[in-house]
Amino acid sequence: MYIYDEYDQRIVEDRAKQFRDQVRRYLAGEFSEAEFLPLRLQNGLYIQRYAPMLRIAVPYGVLSSERLRKLAHIARHYDKGFAHITTRQNIHFNWPNLEDVPDILEELASVQMHAIQTSGNCIRNTTTDQFAGIAADELIDPRPWCEIVRQWSTFHPEFAFLPRKFKIAINGAEEDRAAIGIHDIGLNAVRNDAGELGFQVLVGGGLGRTPMVGAEIRAFLPWQHLLTYLEAILRVYNRYGRRDNKFKARIKILVKALTPAVFGEKVEAEWQNLKDGSATLTEAELQRVAKYFVTPELESFAGDDAGYLDKRSSDQGFDNWAMRNVHPHRAPGYAAVTLSLKPTAISPGDISDKQLDAAADLADDYSLGEIRSTHYQNLVLPYVRQKDLYEVWQKCRQMGFATPNIGLLTDIICCPGGDYCSLANAKSIPIAESIQRQFDDLDYLHDIGELELNISGCMNACGHHHVGHIGILGVDKKGQEFYQVSLGGKSGRDAAIGQILGPSFAADQMPTVVQKLIDVYVQNRTPEERFIDTFERIGMAPYKERVYAANH
Amino acid sequence: MQQIIKGNQVVEDTWQLLPKDASIENLTNSGDIIVPLALWLEHAHALKARDGGLGVWLDADEEAESIIDDLQHFQVIALNFPVFSDGRNYSNARLLRDRYGYQGELRSIGDVLRDQLFFMHRCGFDAYALREDHDPHAALASLQDFSEVYQAATDQPLPLFRRR
Ligand code: HEM
Ligand code: SF4
Repeated sequence: MYIYDEYDQRIVEDRAKQFRDQVRRYLAGEFSEAEFLPLRLQNGLYIQRYAPMLRIAVPYGVLSSERLRKLAHIARHYDKGFAHITTRQNIHFNWPNLEDVPDILEELASVQMHAIQTSGNCIRNTTTDQFAGIAADELIDPRPWCEIVRQWSTFHPEFAFLPRKFKIAINGAEEDRAAIGIHDIGLNAVRNDAGELGFQVLVGGGLGRTPMVGAEIRAFLPWQHLLTYLEAILRVYNRYGRRDNKFKARIKILVKALTPAVFGEKVEAEWQNLKDGSATLTEAELQRVAKYFVTPELESFAGDDAGYLDKRSSDQGFDNWAMRNVHPHRAPGYAAVTLSLKPTAISPGDISDKQLDAAADLADDYSLGEIRSTHYQNLVLPYVRQKDLYEVWQKCRQMGFATPNIGLLTDIICCPGGDYCSLANAKSIPIAESIQRQFDDLDYLHDIGELELNISGCMNACGHHHVGHIGILGVDKKGQEFYQVSLGGKSGRDAAIGQILGPSFAADQMPTVVQKLIDVYVQNRTPEERFIDTFERIGMAPYKERVYAANH
Repeated sequence: MQQIIKGNQVVEDTWQLLPKDASIENLTNSGDIIVPLALWLEHAHALKARDGGLGVWLDADEEAESIIDDLQHFQVIALNFPVFSDGRNYSNARLLRDRYGYQGELRSIGDVLRDQLFFMHRCGFDAYALREDHDPHAALASLQDFSEVYQAATDQPLPLFRRR
C-alpha cells in the first residue's frame, strides 16, 4: 500500500484546513449555495434527499485494517452506523452533518485518506482491478500507475473546472476487471515487440444518458509519456468539450462529434508540445512508487492445501462458499477472498460499523492487514492462506459476509436510488431485494451460474445498468415508478452496451420478469454457456417473446 | 476605482476594461485600456497608435492562438470567466505563459472568486479582479491554500517527483 510521505500528508492536511474554512464561510453566509456547490462537490459532499452525502476516496480500492477501523469510527460517530461501498470503489456516508464534515476530513487525513475530487467536474478517483498484484493473468501491477495518476490529478490547477466529471481506469491484466471501456480514459497495459511497457489508450467511454464504449486513440504509448499524454487529452477536452449542455459535456460526446481519429490527431498535436517535458516519468519515480506495492513476504507452499480441499469435499456449505467467494492466487497455497456485501435484504454495498471493524480484524488476522473495495461493491481479502480458509469462512458467517453469491445473480450492483438520491426516477434497493428473494434457493442460484445484474434508479447510470448482462433502469411514467430492462451489456474486454428488451414494468412485476429471462436461458443453454453467452447466440427475440407473451 | 490583487498585494486598478461591444469611435488617446479581442482584431493599427497603455481580453470561448503574434503589444492580457465553473481560460493562461512566452500581466476577470485563486496562480495569472462583492484583502489568504503541489505548472516547472 502506498504510504504518504511528508509531502502527501501536507497536501491532504492543507485540504482539510481549506475546507474547514470554506464551510465556516458558507455557514457565516459569506457565499451563496451556488458558489459553495462546486467547492463541496470537489470534497465529495452532496446534499441529498434527507441529508448530505459524503463520498470518500478509496484510491484504486486499496484499504488497510487501520483505515477500515477509522471508517467504522466515522460510521459510528458521524453517521447512523453504516457506510456504503460504491461502484467506483469509494465509500459513501449517507447521514453526516455538514458541520461535522471538516472534522471527518481531519480524521481521514490521520489515516492518509481524503475526499478530494470525489465529485465535481474534475478528475475523479482512478480505479482498477480488485485483484491487482495477486491475479495470475497480470502483465503489470496497475496500482503504482494508479498512484502516479492520482498524484498528477490531485489539485491539477488546469483541470479543476472541466466541462464534466472525468474518470480514468487502468487495467494491467489479460482479462479486464477494471471496465476500462466505460471510462473517459481507459489505459490498458501492453508490451510492444521489443518487450517495452506501454499503454493502449481508449477515450470516450461512459454510461449515463448516452452510453458509449471508449475508442482507441493510441495503440502503444511508452510509459514514460503517460502523464504528458494525459495532460494533452485533458487540455483538448478542457478547451473544446461542450459546456452549453450538461448532458452533452462528457468527453465521449466530443470524441464522437470529432470522430476518434480526429480527436486523436488533436491530442497528438497538443502532445508534441508537452512530450519530453518535465512531467515525463522517470525510472526513479516509478521505482519509488512501485516499492510500496511489492508483494509482501508470503509463506511458501508446494501447492493447494490438502486440509482445505478435504474440508471442501466434506462440507457442502463451505464448498459453496469456496466455489464463489474464494479466488485463485498467484502464490501457491494462497487465495483471495471476497466478503459478500450482498446478503438478501441489505442494500447492496452497505456495511455496518461493526462489520467494518470485523473486516479489519479479518484483514489483520488473515490477510496481512490489507483489504480492497471492488466496483462490484464488495470487499476483498487479498492474501489468505488456504489453510485458514475454513476459519475465515466461519468468521464470515458470523459477520454476515459469507453469502456464497459472488458473480451470481444476487451479487447485484445497485445505486442508492429513490431511497436516498434526489435525482432518482425510481427506487432501486427494493428491486434488488425482491429479485434476491425470488432467487433465494442456493442450488438454483449456483446452477444459473455467472450473471451480472445491475440496477440504476435513473439514467445517470450509477449502478452501471448498461453493462449488466441484465440491466434494470428506473424510469418515470406519469409520476409512477417503472423499470426498463436491457440485456447483453458487458463491462470487460469486449465491453458492450445492453439492448432494451421492450416496454417497462411495474416494480411488483420485476421478480417474475427476471425469472422468465432466466427460464429462457436455462432452457436454451449449452452446458458451458453463461447467461450472456446464450443471449449472444440466440438473440433478443426468445426473451422478448417469453416476457411479453405472458403479459397479455 | 476597483481594487484588484496584483502579485500578493491589493492595489488600485488603473486600467479601464472595455465591454465586448466597445467601438473604436470614442476612445481617448491617453489612458490605459483593456479592449475586447474583436476590437483588437479589427483595429490593431489604430489601437497601437494610441499613447495610453494597451491590454486585450479574451472570453472563455476565444483562443490564445488568436493573439500569439501580437503579444508584444500588450501590457495586460485579461482572461474572462463568465462563470467560475468555466475552466477554459486556465488552459489559455498556461498556453500564453508556457508555450507562447507572454511575460506581461495576466489578469483574471469576471466571476473570479477567492477559492479559485490558488489554481489561477498556478496557471500563470498574476493579477485577479475579484467579483465586486468579494473582498480582495480577505481573498489574499487563498493564494496560500496549499503549501505543496504535485504537478508541474506555470508557477513550478518541476513536478514534485523531480523534487522530492
Ligand atoms: C446519491 C447520490 C448520487 C448522485 C446525486 C449521483 C449523481 C450522478 C450523476 C448526475 C451521474 C451522471 C453524470 C454524467 O453522466 O455526467 C452519475 C454517474 C455515476 N455515478 Fe452517481 N450519484 C450518486 C450516487 C452514486 C453511487 C452511490 C454510486 C455507486 C454505487 C455512483 C456511481 C456512479 C457512477 C459509476 C457513475 C458513472 C456512470 C458513467 O460513467 O457515466 N453514484 N452519478
Ligand atoms: S443512478 Fe440516478 S438514482 Fe441512482 S444514484 Fe445515480 S443519480 Fe441517483
